[in-house]
Amino acid sequence: MIELVNISKRYKNGVMALSNINLKIEKGEFVFLVGPSGAGKSTIVKMLLKEVAPTQGRIIIDNEDITYIHRRKVPLVRRKTGVVFQDFRLLPNKTVYENVAFAMEIVEASPKEIRRQVPMMLSMVGLSKKAKAYPEQLSGGEQQRVSIARAIVNNPPILIADEPTGNLDPDTSWEIMKLLRQINRRGTTVVMATHAKDIVDLMQQRVIALENGLVVRDEKKGGYGYEN
Amino acid sequence: MKIRSIGYMIKEGLKNLWRNRMMSLASIGSVTAALIILGIILILILNINSLAEGVKEQFDAVQVYLEEGIDQGRIEEIGKEISQIEGIKDIKYESKQEALENMKKRWGEHGYLLEGLETNPLPNSYIVFLEDVQQSSTVVSILQGIQGVDEVKFYKDIIDKLINITNFIKMVGLVIIVILIAISIFIIGNTIKLTVAARRREINIMKYVGATNWFIRWPFLIEGSMLGLIGSALAIALIFIAYRYVYDFITTQMYVMITAYFLPVQLILDNLIVIFLILGSGIGALGSILSMRKYLKV
Ligand SMILES: Nc1ncnc2c1ncn2[C@@H]1O[C@H](COP(=O)(O)OP(=O)(O)OP(=O)(O)O)[C@@H](O)[C@H]1O
Ligand SMILES: [Mg+2]
Repeated sequence: MIELVNISKRYKNGVMALSNINLKIEKGEFVFLVGPSGAGKSTIVKMLLKEVAPTQGRIIIDNEDITYIHRRKVPLVRRKTGVVFQDFRLLPNKTVYENVAFAMEIVEASPKEIRRQVPMMLSMVGLSKKAKAYPEQLSGGEQQRVSIARAIVNNPPILIADEPTGNLDPDTSWEIMKLLRQINRRGTTVVMATHAKDIVDLMQQRVIALENGLVVRDEKKGGYGYEN
Repeated sequence: MKIRSIGYMIKEGLKNLWRNRMMSLASIGSVTAALIILGIILILILNINSLAEGVKEQFDAVQVYLEEGIDQGRIEEIGKEISQIEGIKDIKYESKQEALENMKKRWGEHGYLLEGLETNPLPNSYIVFLEDVQQSSTVVSILQGIQGVDEVKFYKDIIDKLINITNFIKMVGLVIIVILIAISIFIIGNTIKLTVAARRREINIMKYVGATNWFIRWPFLIEGSMLGLIGSALAIALIFIAYRYVYDFITTQMYVMITAYFLPVQLILDNLIVIFLILGSGIGALGSILSMRKYLKV
């Protein structure tokens, strides 16, 4: 589903964020990206989102080489990946329902589809009752669940999460993880960059550890491997 | 793009416009101001052109005054000589008596003033019609060279002056207009920049969800074009009101001579509306496109 071939990234300021990364993530996998701060996790995430271009190497998503696709095709690539951030990024002037519906409006879904799909997603993330609430009226965990609903409402085959539990307490984080796992079970490939040792250790999923832009470990059912 | 997206975009565009209404007002005002000035210049040019055309029609004739006291034979000879000059369409003789009669007619109710004249001061003359007014100067110099010709009168000078004035107005006007339009584009660009900044979050999310570039851009383009369009509509309305007022004033208060060439409101509007609407929305669209190129990375 995702393949990085010989990827290197040197930022304009000379920082070598990634060197010679080779990764293959199969459809339906749940993958943790771990490693110390500055290891290059977010750089990989940004590359998958076509926000950062590699200096060298190729990126293949869903059997399509997206390394050098035309600017106009970038949106279509992005529709294959839902994305969740640490800071939720909800629109404050839209309700929960509208925030999720927004993602469908943007890809020009029909009103009928929107009316059918959005409530389904809200019920999946357990927020049916909060549909009319505004983000500021929600807890952090609830806001993150809205952002997850928004990320998957268009049914992308891949879900990418960059430290989705970074702003949440352990219990809430765990709720979010259960949700991500549930989404993964439906067949969505999930890639999650994180510092949350407990979560990684408990989930027993594939762990890819980065250090200084290099893959130092890749285990099928791994643990976090660092002392936090 | 789908039809219902168009509705969405117009809605978003108008929302943006309302959201920073102070800047929207400034943008609309600048477009209106620029187009009003453009309107004034165009109106001046159109009217002067019309006047020049009219004057040309009336005075495409050259009047050749003959010296006093030459005999009838010489007068006829001169007539033959004139009709042989190249570029002459027609020629008509007007004797002293006829000239006086004509003048009386022209003076109308004041014609009686000419009754008391002891001698007729008007000379015999030929009225020479030219094929092409542009070539008048050569013809005039030939006419002046003919024996027995006293003076050659031609109204090309007036036309030339009018044409010079229009050219001057055109040039100065063009410079002013270019500057004003540039200012309008700049102000609209700034308004759009504010909107882009205010909607950074939204744009960011749209980007990640996979909105196409144009889906993101359209609302800003619509906002800019709307600003320009509203500005031009305002300019048209103000010009319409002002011109009608001036037109009524001039046609009722001033000499028929000028007013006959003063273009009616309807004609001016027909000329201006399309130009203004296109120019207005063009200014707006350009302002937002320039601004988006700078501030909206998608
Ligand atoms: N836009 C950028 N310009 C220059 N250098 C950058 C840029 N983004 C990241 N870097 C550098 O690239 C390296 C990798 O950064 P990255 O954000 O991928 O790390 P990370 O693993 O996500 O860290 P963290 O766990 O703190 O989020 C760091 O040294 C960082 O300073
Ligand atoms: Mg990071």
